[in-house]
Amino acid sequence: MTAASSLARPAPGGPHSRGGGVRARRSAASTLRYAALIAGAVVMVTPFVYMVSTSFKSQAYVLTVPPQFIPNPATTDNYTQALTTQDFGLYFLNSAVVAVISTALSVLLSSMMAYGFARYRFPGRELIFRILLIGLVVPAMMLIIPQFVLAKNLGLLDSLAGLVVFYVAGSLALNTFLLRGFFEAIPEELDQAMQVDGAGAFTRYWRLALPLAKPALATATIFTFLATWDEFVWSLTIINSPAHRTLPVAIKLFQGQNATQWGLVFAASLLAVIPVVVVFLVFQRYFVQGLTTGAVKG
Amino acid sequence: MTLTLADQDVTVPEADSASGTARPVRPAPSRSAALRRVAVPYLFIAPGVLLFAVAILYPIVQAVTMSFFDWKIVAGAVSEWVGLDNYARAMADPHFWQSLANSGIYMLFTVPPQIVLGLAIALLLKRKSPVQPLFRVLYYLPVVTSWVVVSLLFKYLFADRGLVNFTLGDFLHLMHGDVSWLSGRWTALIAICALGVWKGIGWSMMIFLAALQGVPQSLEEAATMDGAGRWQRFRAVTLPAIWPAALFVTVMLVIGGFNVFTSVLVMTGEAPADRPMSSSPTCTRRRSPSSTSATAPLWRSSSPCSCSCSP
Repeated sequence: MTAASSLARPAPGGPHSRGGGVRARRSAASTLRYAALIAGAVVMVTPFVYMVSTSFKSQAYVLTVPPQFIPNPATTDNYTQALTTQDFGLYFLNSAVVAVISTALSVLLSSMMAYGFARYRFPGRELIFRILLIGLVVPAMMLIIPQFVLAKNLGLLDSLAGLVVFYVAGSLALNTFLLRGFFEAIPEELDQAMQVDGAGAFTRYWRLALPLAKPALATATIFTFLATWDEFVWSLTIINSPAHRTLPVAIKLFQGQNATQWGLVFAASLLAVIPVVVVFLVFQRYFVQGLTTGAVKG
Repeated sequence: MTLTLADQDVTVPEADSASGTARPVRPAPSRSAALRRVAVPYLFIAPGVLLFAVAILYPIVQAVTMSFFDWKIVAGAVSEWVGLDNYARAMADPHFWQSLANSGIYMLFTVPPQIVLGLAIALLLKRKSPVQPLFRVLYYLPVVTSWVVVSLLFKYLFADRGLVNFTLGDFLHLMHGDVSWLSGRWTALIAICALGVWKGIGWSMMIFLAALQGVPQSLEEAATMDGAGRWQRFRAVTLPAIWPAALFVTVMLVIGGFNVFTSVLVMTGEAPADRPMSSSPTCTRRRSPSSTSATAPLWRSSSPCSCSCSP
């Protein structure tokens, strides 16, 4: 695959400096490259296509041999049933509220931290940063019992606030790590220029660093939003009342109740997946940019 | 907002310079200004660090502490120090070793493929073309989708009369009859690993794609001029440039692999026994209020299950 991609790049001498054989080989390589990419994409997308298709099937056609890719007969019953019998609107709202607030708070707090680590030298800087990185490595599952006890003591059980607090805390390490690299890449002269103009530290962070770091912030936003929208175990652990359920838990329980009603389950799942896909499509322009310039590049 | 003035050099003219003694003292900033200047970085990191300390660091310490006690989770109850007993129990528990082995296998069969395939796709997609964003999105789609949803999806695909059995049996004729994928340990591991790779490729691809943009074009060209082959170019120019990204991907994937839980629970959760991975063994035992967290610090298997069983 490496071969194909490097072949496909124009030779430095320009496309006309070589003979026709090279050109033919190059176009063959290009064809090969696309063939490989398309084959891969088919593998990636087929399960989704099949899921969408199944969501329009009635129960009798869900596990037929041979499998139906185009549902016949097609029905929208699953969607109506998913939307009417369950409080998916509410779960959706819960998930959205939790994900949006957690993401906003996490990006704010971790960008402040990252700015502090990137722009100032102070005693304990590297020590605190290292300790923070522990949060990156420790398996979330290891902490679930002590966190549960803590949440109980703080009165955060069975509440959306309990989700937000621990989601934000859990995402701080990765975001700070990503953003610190980005802030360090911003020329310090800009900071100094603004300082001469009389801007204080917070103004410089808010008016200079954050706008310049937009791509990195977009990356952090996508990562955090996906993680919080997706989170399952903690939500399953601390939420008891149906009124506070988030989507992943609701879908899992829904599947539990409707054992193999796959059409229904996937109709509900798709309703949950679509907003995330939309968020991703909106932000993905910045996404690669953000990764390129961030710490990941090294 | 109080920070705005904090680290400016406030130069106050000396008030008593009229006395004539030309003191060679640089006008000292007022003490509070100096204090504020020192405080600025701490103020930036304080909110995050505080939250981190309470919600992550403290539980880490707690988890380690609990592992040495017969921990009574009920408030007010006295927990008994048992030293390394919990560890000994975990070590003696075959379920623990099986879970550990399963996690090892999972990492072995998901981390390298995600790195290799993710890098391969990134290399294929490196060149800018009108279809590049489309492919990028297609490959990234599984990453964006909830773990619960894709786990259910794979459970459906690997069902007895599902798409996988049909493709392998009736379509490709690679096997005879249906395989009951999710009921056996090894076949379930295959299904779970397949899901892990399928869901994760897009993520590593994205990181590598970003890293590849940082490979100096001039170096690549120079290497080509010097007659370096494609493989040589990849090894001498591309690989060193994307090394930090590769390291980052590896670390994150290993952590993620060790953390795998949702897919296992969702895909095999209903299976009565012989669950392939971490969830079942301690489930019933730990429902008692005086749950010892024997394996909590070592192994994640017991803890989430004890909670998820109860509702």
